Amino acid sequence: MKLRYLEISVGLFVLLGIAALFYLAIQVSNIGEYRDADTYEVIAYFDHIGGLKVRSPVTVSGVRIGRVSAIAYDAERFQARVALAIQSGQDYLPADTQASIFTAGLLGEQYVALEPGGDFEVLADGDEVLLTQSALVLENMIGRVLTDLSSD
Amino acid sequence: MGDFLANLGRSGLNWLSLLGRASIFLFRVLRSQDAVVRRYRLTLAEIHSVGVRSLLIIVVSGLFVGMVLAYQGYITLVNFGAAEALGGAVALSLVRELGPVVTALLFAGRAGSALTAEIGLMKTTEQLSAMEMMAVDPYRRVFAPRFFAGFLSLPLLAAMFSAVGVIGGYLVGVGLLGVDSGSYFSQMQSVTDWREDVLSGVIKSIVFGFVVTWIAIFQGFDAEPTSEGISLATTQTVVMSALAVLGLDFALTGLMFT
Repeated sequence: MKLRYLEISVGLFVLLGIAALFYLAIQVSNIGEYRDADTYEVIAYFDHIGGLKVRSPVTVSGVRIGRVSAIAYDAERFQARVALAIQSGQDYLPADTQASIFTAGLLGEQYVALEPGGDFEVLADGDEVLLTQSALVLENMIGRVLTDLSSD
Repeated sequence: MGDFLANLGRSGLNWLSLLGRASIFLFRVLRSQDAVVRRYRLTLAEIHSVGVRSLLIIVVSGLFVGMVLAYQGYITLVNFGAAEALGGAVALSLVRELGPVVTALLFAGRAGSALTAEIGLMKTTEQLSAMEMMAVDPYRRVFAPRFFAGFLSLPLLAAMFSAVGVIGGYLVGVGLLGVDSGSYFSQMQSVTDWREDVLSGVIKSIVFGFVVTWIAIFQGFDAEPTSEGISLATTQTVVMSALAVLGLDFALTGLMFT
């Protein structure tokens, strides 16, 4: 009887611990996003990526369809090479789609927004997004405003 | 001057020999881990006394820590109009830091001191020597199951602490302070990364479980076999565990979150 009580209470303890881990995984963290493993990759070159990071969201019309999977500097083009992993379900992006880096909110994180064009051909794995718009750099903007003001 | 140098050298050598004894002890305990499976009833009993009976204090502390985090976080965040970010703040601080660290400190006080006192008393009353006389290996019979129990229990307890803390934060943040329930959880999920945050916290608690249990059992084993010796060893367990946990936490945080 004593052993049975021990077995049950220890079993319950271990079960509770594992349940807590599952709770942390499913309810608290973003493990669901690791599931969209089926993706294809599109490359975009930007003059300036601002604060974009790996795993930043990629959106169309504000809906997230993928994530930034890699960021590197391309020494031949003097540009940042950003790889976008897009869910394979979203394979209807026209070839002349434009990629821009925007900021969510005033101080929020940066993301890549895709704007579909009108081409009949669609982007496939490994293709390059030709139309890109860099992140806005606050200092450049302030500089431009100041020169505009002083020229008046 | 000569006395001073001699004392310095003696205490340095004492520290070295303490570290050496602790390492040899750890090695022998790890080598005896096969006893955990062979004598699983002993192991079960130890998990019960070390883990199951720590449940109450861990769950209650987790609940209150989560509730306090929600209160304090809300006061700061509401100034920036970002009260919706409360879920993320509560979850990140619990999963990364408070869960593993506070659980380890409570565990050292609740279970570690008990382990030290128990083993110290076994040594004082010569139970350990008696076992050896009967050709029963105290490493297999006493130390290995206790070590495994502590090593297994702490990560599980830390996970429960964090999970209950998140619920406590929900109770205060959503129930009392009026943060939106949907944004509490969606914010939390968008900032908490499964690998970066949750798994790093679990790794921390595994390391803490190893170190705290090692210190507790070794202090009992190494205690001077007198009543003062046991009380000193019990104090030492709590002090050294706390210092080791906080120091290791600093090192691990630097390694994992940069």
